[in-house]
Amino acid sequence: MPKLYSEDSLREIEKRYRSWEEELVPEWLKRLPERMEEFTTLSGIPIKRLYTPLDLKDFDYMEKLGFPGEYPFTRGIHATMYRARIWTMRMFSGYGGPEETNERLKFLIKHGETGLSLAFDYPTLIGIDPDDPMAEGEVGIVGVSVPTVVDMDIIFRDINLGEVTTNMTINPPAPVLYSFYLAVAEKQGVPYYKVGGTTQNDPLKEFIAQKSYVFPPEPAVKVAMDLIEYSIKNTPKWNPISISGYHIREAGSTAVQELAFTLADGIEYVRQLISRGMDVDEFAPRLSFFFDSHINFFEEIAKFRAARRMWAKIMKEWFGAKKRRSLWLRFHTQTAGVSLTAQQPWNNIVRTAIEALAAVLGGTQSLHTNGFDEPFRVPSELAAMIALRTQQIIAYETGVADTIDPLAGSYFVEWLTDEMEERAWRYIDRIERMGGMLEAVKKGFPQREVTEASYRFQREVEEGKRFIVGVNIFEQEEIDEIRNVPLLEFDQQEIENRMKERIKRIRSERDQAKWRRTLDELRRAAQRGENVVPYILQAVKAKATLGEVMGALKEVYGVYVEPPIY
Amino acid sequence: MSSHQSTRRIKVLVAKLGIDGHDRGAKVIARALKDAGFEVVYTGIRQTPEQVAMAAIQEDVDVIGVSILSGAHMHHMEKLMEKLRELGADDIPVVLGGTIPLPDLEPLKRMGIREVFLPGTSLKHIIEIVRRLAEEKRAREAESLV
Repeated sequence: MPKLYSEDSLREIEKRYRSWEEELVPEWLKRLPERMEEFTTLSGIPIKRLYTPLDLKDFDYMEKLGFPGEYPFTRGIHATMYRARIWTMRMFSGYGGPEETNERLKFLIKHGETGLSLAFDYPTLIGIDPDDPMAEGEVGIVGVSVPTVVDMDIIFRDINLGEVTTNMTINPPAPVLYSFYLAVAEKQGVPYYKVGGTTQNDPLKEFIAQKSYVFPPEPAVKVAMDLIEYSIKNTPKWNPISISGYHIREAGSTAVQELAFTLADGIEYVRQLISRGMDVDEFAPRLSFFFDSHINFFEEIAKFRAARRMWAKIMKEWFGAKKRRSLWLRFHTQTAGVSLTAQQPWNNIVRTAIEALAAVLGGTQSLHTNGFDEPFRVPSELAAMIALRTQQIIAYETGVADTIDPLAGSYFVEWLTDEMEERAWRYIDRIERMGGMLEAVKKGFPQREVTEASYRFQREVEEGKRFIVGVNIFEQEEIDEIRNVPLLEFDQQEIENRMKERIKRIRSERDQAKWRRTLDELRRAAQRGENVVPYILQAVKAKATLGEVMGALKEVYGVYVEPPIY
Repeated sequence: MSSHQSTRRIKVLVAKLGIDGHDRGAKVIARALKDAGFEVVYTGIRQTPEQVAMAAIQEDVDVIGVSILSGAHMHHMEKLMEKLRELGADDIPVVLGGTIPLPDLEPLKRMGIREVFLPGTSLKHIIEIVRRLAEEKRAREAESLV
């Protein structure tokens, strides 16, 4: 295959490079030493002073990049990318009860949000009802409380489920929330085949990072695969899984680990689905991904580009996928929550803008931008609005969306993309040798890697090897205007009481016989090892609550307790 | 190491109170305290106030360090302090770290929380405070024995 540079020109460049490095650079270094002895990315990849065609000596354009919409999709999954359609601006939102969240969603839609994304509270995330003793004090704080189909109905008051798509960041209880959503769609008269959205439904990363696990690893994966199988057959526009690196990264992994562990999770799910007798081209087009966009700008862009190329290769060469869509790594991005600082919080607006820009230059399909006040609480209207406007400025003012993959061909970006890929393959090889990600998770391998990386990062910050403005450099005695941001205020106790009263009423008013029968049928289906989703759908339509459905499943599958290792 | 009371290693309980899964901070701090020479007991996630108070007593710790990133700190800390008082263990100093809005700092101090560490606090600072609180507690105990 033709290389980018001829032997002759490389020889000439090499000659000049040598003289530059051996003559001019030392002269400058003598006068002005460099800021650090070694520059590294957040993943610890050493960064050279300069990148030239010499770093891309064997670079084969068609093999490495190709064209947008074509294998290996490094430049983007669509042929026209943002020239035709801007990424979906999908703000992760929710707090309080369904009433508050309905207001927030309508507010964001009014201001130009183009997709919805629900943030659930902790009780919902781990599948317990608001009146469960463990839920006390937690209802409605980090997201919305949705214990029944009635609550889901309130969230989407005046919002037509045939016209929006909704992401739900929900994992073990994903089939329950999916069923709530379908039941509401049905009530609105929207047929299942028109219902679009995403359930995160990625159990493996729960053990690695997010820690909202409920069932032990094997049944957790089983239930997640049930949802994928059911969704592929019944809701063809739904993304039944969003294979997520975001939480792995937020828990302290490097960018390389995020990339490698996410793809390794994906590989495990593909194998699980194939072992159910499904055809790879039947489900692969519905797999979606979710990444973090952190503050080390070029490393993030390289990560996104490498991810697309790697996944296309995995699907084509490992699993023999034939459809073009099966090779697509479609992904959502969230700017890095963990990069935000409580010190000088207004600076977070700037961090988020830079991270959002990296996601766009990396070719994301949808994007959430964090509110600057999120080191303290879920965002206020003002903070969420500024975050949304940040995306709109990038989309419509900067011109970065006007040509596809504008950083392609940068010596540095292409070198770094290759480097990320190579390092990620090495991790994937190790995980493969352990028998895949499910086995690796059971052995605690990715968990330990993430814990180590987060401790290493913290030490580097303490030792002044990494800088965080306002934290270990340019710190200041904070004046009130900078320190005190206007936080979202709501009466948590009132919300918790409201949710408890509503669920009590729902329990007393439902058809008891029908409710009991559907839960019994669910339990028996789980015992028989059947796909549980149709039974969950039936139970929630009979007003079974989130906690009751999850309780029935826990009886069969058991509950995971993590060994407390640090 | 001597078995004498005052040279016994400082023992700290690092606890995740409530149901949030954000254990990055707790684990980093557990590790840093251990590297600083303390004995550390880490509870793992999803602990109730009762469990944390009981663990602190059973393990006979010098300091309880709680990590909460779910925003439910006011509720859980109040319950924990209540439980410690009930069990007569309110001489164990309690510190808290997490995503804590600034207006909550004063009420938390009033509850008896000795220190609140906001995001961005250095490990060095946390280690110093924990050491000081542990030494003060042991000094109080030594005094009461006289």
